[in-house]
Amino acid sequence: MTFSEWIVEPVNWAFLAMAIPMVIAALRVVTSRNVVHAALFLVLALAASAGLFILLSAEFVAWVLVLVYIGAVVVLFLFGIMITRAPIGRETNLSHDTRWPAAAAALGVFAVTFWLINAVTEQMGGFGDPLPAVGRATATGILGEGFINTYLIPFEAVGFVLLAALIGGITLARKDLTPAEEDEGARV
Amino acid sequence: MTFELTFWWLLAIKLAVAAAVVPVIGMVIGYAEMKLSAHMQSRVGPYFAGGRFGWAQLIADGVKFIQKEDIIPDEADRPVFKWAPALVMLGTMALLVIVPLHPSSRYGIVRDLEVGIFYALAISSVSTIGVLMAGWSSANKYSMIGGLRAAGQLIAYELPLVLATVGVVIQAGTMSMQGIVSAQVAQGWPFVLTQFIGFAIFMIATLAELTRLPFDMPIAESELVMGYVTEYSGFRFLFFFLAEFANMFSMSVIAATLFLGGYGLWGINPDTLLSPIILFAKVGILVFLMIWLRWTLPRLREDQLQTLAWKWLIPISIVNIIVTAVLKVVL
Repeated sequence: MTFSEWIVEPVNWAFLAMAIPMVIAALRVVTSRNVVHAALFLVLALAASAGLFILLSAEFVAWVLVLVYIGAVVVLFLFGIMITRAPIGRETNLSHDTRWPAAAAALGVFAVTFWLINAVTEQMGGFGDPLPAVGRATATGILGEGFINTYLIPFEAVGFVLLAALIGGITLARKDLTPAEEDEGARV
Repeated sequence: MTFELTFWWLLAIKLAVAAAVVPVIGMVIGYAEMKLSAHMQSRVGPYFAGGRFGWAQLIADGVKFIQKEDIIPDEADRPVFKWAPALVMLGTMALLVIVPLHPSSRYGIVRDLEVGIFYALAISSVSTIGVLMAGWSSANKYSMIGGLRAAGQLIAYELPLVLATVGVVIQAGTMSMQGIVSAQVAQGWPFVLTQFIGFAIFMIATLAELTRLPFDMPIAESELVMGYVTEYSGFRFLFFFLAEFANMFSMSVIAATLFLGGYGLWGINPDTLLSPIILFAKVGILVFLMIWLRWTLPRLREDQLQTLAWKWLIPISIVNIIVTAVLKVVL
């Protein structure tokens, strides 16, 4: 399919209308000079990716993205930023020294994920019809049955891994107090 | 091609209707609140505007707000400050999409989504971002504290709100608003009889989500001036004001649909034009309940608010889900 054939499809205009703002917003998340702005650009990027899910007829997944990520995770980010330190205007010391290695690592993760998905789908016989049943959303019931019946063990395993990651995160972030400091904390 | 044209025309008309409905509902409920609160306090309330009963008071207020100067504080973060009311309004207007007025989808405001109630809960959580943006960008300590309180409160009460609806979804076997109503019409009684706990939790969480008394710490006038809306004036203030009342309407519509049978009523054929009137009567009762509670109860303390959500409402609603699910399988 050539580009001119691709561009005449109205579905692809909708794709571009969401994908381009999404990429720009995602870049602004890491280049913005203000933490709160970065978090708000993250909202934009997540909203655009929810739009992409709707384009793929995955309505339920799209609204899960809105409810969980925009409605809860980013709100918690913003809450955390604002309750600690959220100056208005530009900040000078936001960029980290290791930003280029970090960018390389991010690209590496992207490449590995891309390769993995491609390899797995090729084993399964490639992607199916690129736009199955346009205009008809994937039934939520089918998703639920899949989670609880067919893929119950992977589902629980992912849940377990996430729980482990959560506990690990708390352990890493937590600063153990000496008994004297704890005593002081109790008095305060 | 003609089909597409009608689609776009229909879309434009529906958008215009949705845009007109929000201020109208806001004014009707705002007026009801003024009058009811006045009578609850042995006052008369609005009296002169419009000739009798002060019915034009809110129209006069609206005109007043529109002609006021749009003030933006010097220190404010201008783009964020400007977009915050729009985002709050977005969450409000998007809720109107799924209002089920009539069994025939032709009369619904927009359409019946398969994920229905889930969509409503997801899109209404977008308003929280708007509230936080308003609080932060105002460059005012009162606004900031108000915004933080609002965020803490909305996170805490979103969980019971979502969990309280799960019981109904299990009983009805669908998340579509139309499906939930027709399940109640088919069985002849509303879900409030079996899901009374869910209904009570939903209404409490709704009051908290709307930041109305007894949960109005984010805008507590005696402590925070006006919380996150302190620095807003004119048209942008009007947005927050209308969004609150329009949200009262849409949350009442959801509650009436989930628990009170929506447009269905005993012995009345739902396939008539009476259906929207029945729905609006139920919504009116719920809105009255909210106004009544607001002018009756004192404000909770911040720690009491969090205790209520995390130690009472969430555990009770989880137990409610488990009991409903077990009974659904057993019966």
